[in-house]
Amino acid sequence: MGETTTFFRAAARRDPRRRATAESAWVRRLLIVGALSFLAVFLFVPLVSVFAEALSKGLGYYLHTFRNPRTLSAIILTFIVAGVSVPLNCVFGVAAAWAIAKFDFRGKNILVTLIDLPFSVSPVIAGLIYVLLFGAPGPFWNWLSDHDLKIIFAMPGIVLATTFVTFPFVARELIPLMQAQGRTEEEAARVLGASGWQTFWRVTLPNIKWGLLYGVILCNARAMGEFGAVSVVSGHISGGAGTLGTITIPLRIEVLYNEYNTTGAFALASLLAFLGLVTLALKTWIERKKTAALHAAEMDLKA
Amino acid sequence: MTSNSFRVLPGFRLTLGYTLLYLSLIVLIPLAGVFVKTSTLSWEQFWHIVSAPRALASYRLSFGASFLAALVNVFFGILVAWVLVRYEFFGKKIVDALVDMPFALPTAVAGITLTALYAPNGWLGHLLAPLGVKVAFTQLGVFIALTFIGLPFIVRTVQPVLEDLDPEIEEAAASLGANRWQTFRRVILPLLISPLLTGFSLAFARALGEYGSVVFIAGNMPMKTEITPLLIITKLEQFDYAGATALAMVMLIGSFAILLAVNLLQWRSSRHLAQLAQA
Repeated sequence: MGETTTFFRAAARRDPRRRATAESAWVRRLLIVGALSFLAVFLFVPLVSVFAEALSKGLGYYLHTFRNPRTLSAIILTFIVAGVSVPLNCVFGVAAAWAIAKFDFRGKNILVTLIDLPFSVSPVIAGLIYVLLFGAPGPFWNWLSDHDLKIIFAMPGIVLATTFVTFPFVARELIPLMQAQGRTEEEAARVLGASGWQTFWRVTLPNIKWGLLYGVILCNARAMGEFGAVSVVSGHISGGAGTLGTITIPLRIEVLYNEYNTTGAFALASLLAFLGLVTLALKTWIERKKTAALHAAEMDLKA
Repeated sequence: MTSNSFRVLPGFRLTLGYTLLYLSLIVLIPLAGVFVKTSTLSWEQFWHIVSAPRALASYRLSFGASFLAALVNVFFGILVAWVLVRYEFFGKKIVDALVDMPFALPTAVAGITLTALYAPNGWLGHLLAPLGVKVAFTQLGVFIALTFIGLPFIVRTVQPVLEDLDPEIEEAAASLGANRWQTFRRVILPLLISPLLTGFSLAFARALGEYGSVVFIAGNMPMKTEITPLLIITKLEQFDYAGATALAMVMLIGSFAILLAVNLLQWRSSRHLAQLAQA
């Protein structure tokens, strides 16, 4: 049934004589032109203009931006923050997906909804909650200042805020994937004598690797680009030679922009835009791998 | 817990325990802080903060512009999804991949880019200026930025449903004498209502909380172009933590109410469809 439907669907779309379920040529052209014009104004023009603005004063000036010690410390800080937040959310995502996909328990739907919660919370509020918790009026403030520890207006706060806004990415990617794959393969491995860890490393991980990579890539793009939440907890302390400060790449872009160094701001922005394009390319590539893996799982289930 | 079969797989307690611990530490306990902090205010104090004229103006802009942006995205989202699913044209795969650009492009980058484009001397701004249309530093600019960031949501929720649509129902409509528009309006569109509601609510919720892409283009004038998230930051910078938290509470309630309303609508529309299917 599945194969014949696909065949007829393909035939219906390719065969120009089938007028009854296809639009006339001019309607088709009108719709394509309409959709592409909208995307051109809202996507292509902004994307092209990032790189055009970045290079508007020539390649020399472009590279000059990246030699500034404050910009360099912002880049290093961003990599450190993403380097902590992404693995944290990655471990969490795998653990949550394992619990949710491989076992039955009450309240599972509520748990899945709660995991998605950070997506419906404003980044500004994501920053605010940590200021309330660890900032001057908060419950931990006295203890923290007694021990000379800083969370807000320091790197730990930036890591926490970034972790919050990127919290669901890996989990929400893995949960449906592992649910679709079921638990039979792992159960077989156990029955054949594999330990729990062996089962995970040899059976589960190869099955979920594309989904995991997909989640990690999206998580990383958001972690490196987060602005609102980080802005609230940052304290905007400039880094420089020897010190890291609390300015990440997006915050540094804002500083340059507000200093009327528009070209510098766009040069640094082009770095993030390039990261975005790489993310999209990897995402498209992995999506194909992922669908193939899911298809294989479905075929196994039928067999 | 309530498993009725012997568990072959290990790690249930470990993974569920870790999940609950991590979720509580990163998300639930910090979020609860908003409610705890708000509860230290008396009702009069709370009402005074959240009903101040400047706060009311910011809600009008945040909710209004987010709603309009999500609505525009519903229209163009259907169009883009339709074109990507049904037609072949040059560069389609690249266009398809680029639809996700607003997800992948950091908000601050989107913010300065849109501002530069729509400034009176920008690429698009100088085309609009002779027509008397000002975008940068006006409410229209807020709307443009929110449309940009909400763009992928509706395309990505409608696209898979269109792809899986059984061609037989369109053939049936055609054989019963419906023209293409009637088929779309009466047969296809009702099937898209559920994904459209999902996409709309996601785009709306995202736009409501959006900060980075809006602050640059908005101009941030109190009472005119100040969105609620910015007002929260302004209060934080003045160390008015209670004021910031009260506004955050309003926003949280607002976005949860939207998600709840849409879930209820979803439930009703799916029940309606089920009834139709039975009839």
